[in-house]
Amino acid sequence: MAEDPEDRVPENKVSPPDRRYPDAKALNAKKKVGQVQSTGHVWDGIEEYDNPLPRWWLWTFYACILYALIYGVLYPSWPMVNRATPGLLGYSTRGAVATDIQRFADANGPIRTRVEGADLTAIAADPVLLQYATSAGASVFRTNCSQCHGLGAAGVQAAGYPNLLDDDWLWGGDVTNIHATITHGIRNTTDPDARYSEMPKFGELLNRDEIGQLVQHVRAISGQDHDAALATPGATLFADNCAACHGDAGLGNRDLGAPNLTDAIWLYGGDVAALTTTITNARFGVMPNWNTRLSEADIRSVAVYVHGLGGGE
Amino acid sequence: MTSQHTPSLYAGREPIFPRRVKGSFRTLKWWLLALTLGIYYVTPWLRWDRGPNMPDQAVLIDLSGRRFFFFMIEIWPHEFYFVAGLLIMAGLGLFLFTSALGRVWCGYACPQTVWTDLFILVERWIEGDRNARLRLHRQGWNLDKARKRAAKWFVWLLIAVATGGAWVFYFADAPTLLHGLVTGQAHPVAWITIAGLTATTFVFGGFMREQICIYACPWPRIQAAMMDEDTITVAYRGWRGEPRGKLHKGAVAPADAQGDCIDCMACVNVCPTGIDIRDGQQLACITCALCIDACDDTMTKIGKPRGLIDYLALTDEVAERAGTTPKSVWKHILRPRTILYTVLWTAVGAGLVVALFLRSDIGLHVTPVRNPTFVTLSDGAIRNTYDLRLLNKHGDARIFAISLTSDARLDLTLEGQTAQTVTVPGNATSTQRIYVVAPAGSQAAGEDRTHLRLWVGDLGNTDRIHSDTIFNGKDD
Repeated sequence: MAEDPEDRVPENKVSPPDRRYPDAKALNAKKKVGQVQSTGHVWDGIEEYDNPLPRWWLWTFYACILYALIYGVLYPSWPMVNRATPGLLGYSTRGAVATDIQRFADANGPIRTRVEGADLTAIAADPVLLQYATSAGASVFRTNCSQCHGLGAAGVQAAGYPNLLDDDWLWGGDVTNIHATITHGIRNTTDPDARYSEMPKFGELLNRDEIGQLVQHVRAISGQDHDAALATPGATLFADNCAACHGDAGLGNRDLGAPNLTDAIWLYGGDVAALTTTITNARFGVMPNWNTRLSEADIRSVAVYVHGLGGGE
Repeated sequence: MTSQHTPSLYAGREPIFPRRVKGSFRTLKWWLLALTLGIYYVTPWLRWDRGPNMPDQAVLIDLSGRRFFFFMIEIWPHEFYFVAGLLIMAGLGLFLFTSALGRVWCGYACPQTVWTDLFILVERWIEGDRNARLRLHRQGWNLDKARKRAAKWFVWLLIAVATGGAWVFYFADAPTLLHGLVTGQAHPVAWITIAGLTATTFVFGGFMREQICIYACPWPRIQAAMMDEDTITVAYRGWRGEPRGKLHKGAVAPADAQGDCIDCMACVNVCPTGIDIRDGQQLACITCALCIDACDDTMTKIGKPRGLIDYLALTDEVAERAGTTPKSVWKHILRPRTILYTVLWTAVGAGLVVALFLRSDIGLHVTPVRNPTFVTLSDGAIRNTYDLRLLNKHGDARIFAISLTSDARLDLTLEGQTAQTVTVPGNATSTQRIYVVAPAGSQAAGEDRTHLRLWVGDLGNTDRIHSDTIFNGKDD
């Protein structure tokens, strides 16, 4: 008749005695009590239990294994000697990228056709075409042109890559001329229509003193500090040797790509050393032709972009 | 130890059937319920004219357009700090109310309380008061029970759908979206959101109820930290009520033989979270004060003074037990802590209002082109390029005039424009590239940095804003 203490409801039962439901106490007392598995190892009176893994964890684990097996069959996963198993679905990240590129190419198709057909000057007048051409041109420039002309299109004076931001153009700064320069390039051997001119190596034709006089004359006509005594004979030398290409006043000739020697912009430098090197050894800047590498729409876009960088005529 | 009594750590929910109660706090709760639900359901339908091409809904969160409209106020994404400020004010307001009056948010204004209250009201209308609901709960399933439960769930579902619907109406134009929902043309996101909120309202208000307050919500545990000995909260005057015992009519007992509490269980039966307030303030007590109304009702019936359960502070208990007069309510509410919260709350609010009025309807952000920092032109002049972001917050297109002021001589031209003006569409931003040129040999051309200020003026009115930037010259 004595109540078995193990049958009594434990004191740390969660819910307090509930007077609203008199049968709740009995309900709680009927709950079963479980045995805990043990590994049998005991240290300092602390026993190591062997509780089973939680069921939710175990079944999630099985599900992951099943998922891995299915994945291994469907997708590229097992490495072999030269490649991996291709997977039944034929998926590859390269293929996915190619699909993406094709999707954009298809979406851009109509406006690219319009850019190809429009007059170069008309593109700047149409806001939709201008916006596309500028964005596409910026992207083309970044990928193809920035290696020489710089990401900011400021050029590299040490290498003679022109600054495309200023208003000084060797072969013409209107959008048609820019387009022609990009299409055919300058002094390259791959395109017969490439712009071509050649400055002679005056080191083989004139002596050091004469070149020195020429340098001073060039510094004089460009408004820099110069030695007037040397510049006077230099002017005569200039008229004899240089005016044919650079013009009598040194204003340059865009048909020949001969620079304007009177302005503040120098492709290779306007200091005495640079001018001396230029006259002695000449310069032969080369630009590749892009008609074999870029589509017409891309060439037109980057021409419009460059024209809109601030120096376009 | 290979066997032990491990108590079950899982306790199933025991359903609670709060009894109907009448009293001043119950009335207050009904008024607040009507007010909060009214605001929630009606606000999306309020209109505010903002001109053509602009939404005419008074309160609208336009996610795709990235705008927040609140009557005459229009917030752009870069002004999100207003929302942050409002959230800070909400937090400070909560601290203020809780430290002064205890868990009034939980008991009166919290959406969980309001909707649970509404659902319990529906339950009482359909299934009857507490005793009837208890009988229905205990009996087996028959036609009557099925009918009542179905009716109740149907009404709950209607309320839940209306609740989910009202939510999505804040994010789209309400009449248009309602038409879209009815004709089946609405965006799937609207349907999914309504479905989700219907499910949560139905489950939270119909079945989970106090489980949210006790287990899911973090506020009960935070609010305990905000209450102190002067906080006015719901408490049982044990010194008056104990020892409790059944009322014996006609018996004459000494004055201190029995307390005022007659163990009528009214306070327990009306409690929506199922606690006994006579055990003291506890986590599950949301201080809804229905037990106060219930006990006052009983006290009035047996001719005893009200207030056996009442709003009082801990210091009041100390004072009353000692027989001294407790502090007045205002002395409880107005103390350094609450005053500090009020001051902070007001300061943040004032800051927001001031910022709101100091905003301009046009905006300017200047990004100088850094690669290269300057360009030399043929005549030796130095040119800098800047990209301007122009914001037009008006509903209609405006013409912006761009100019500059500087100590040095600088000339300004706009890319692609002949004049120094640019048209910006309404409620939009546009980018404009500008060129600033310092003539050859001028001061700015030769110095590394020259300060200049760019101005943008709205030609339609006198609005003018400016932004300071730097001109880089060729510093040889």
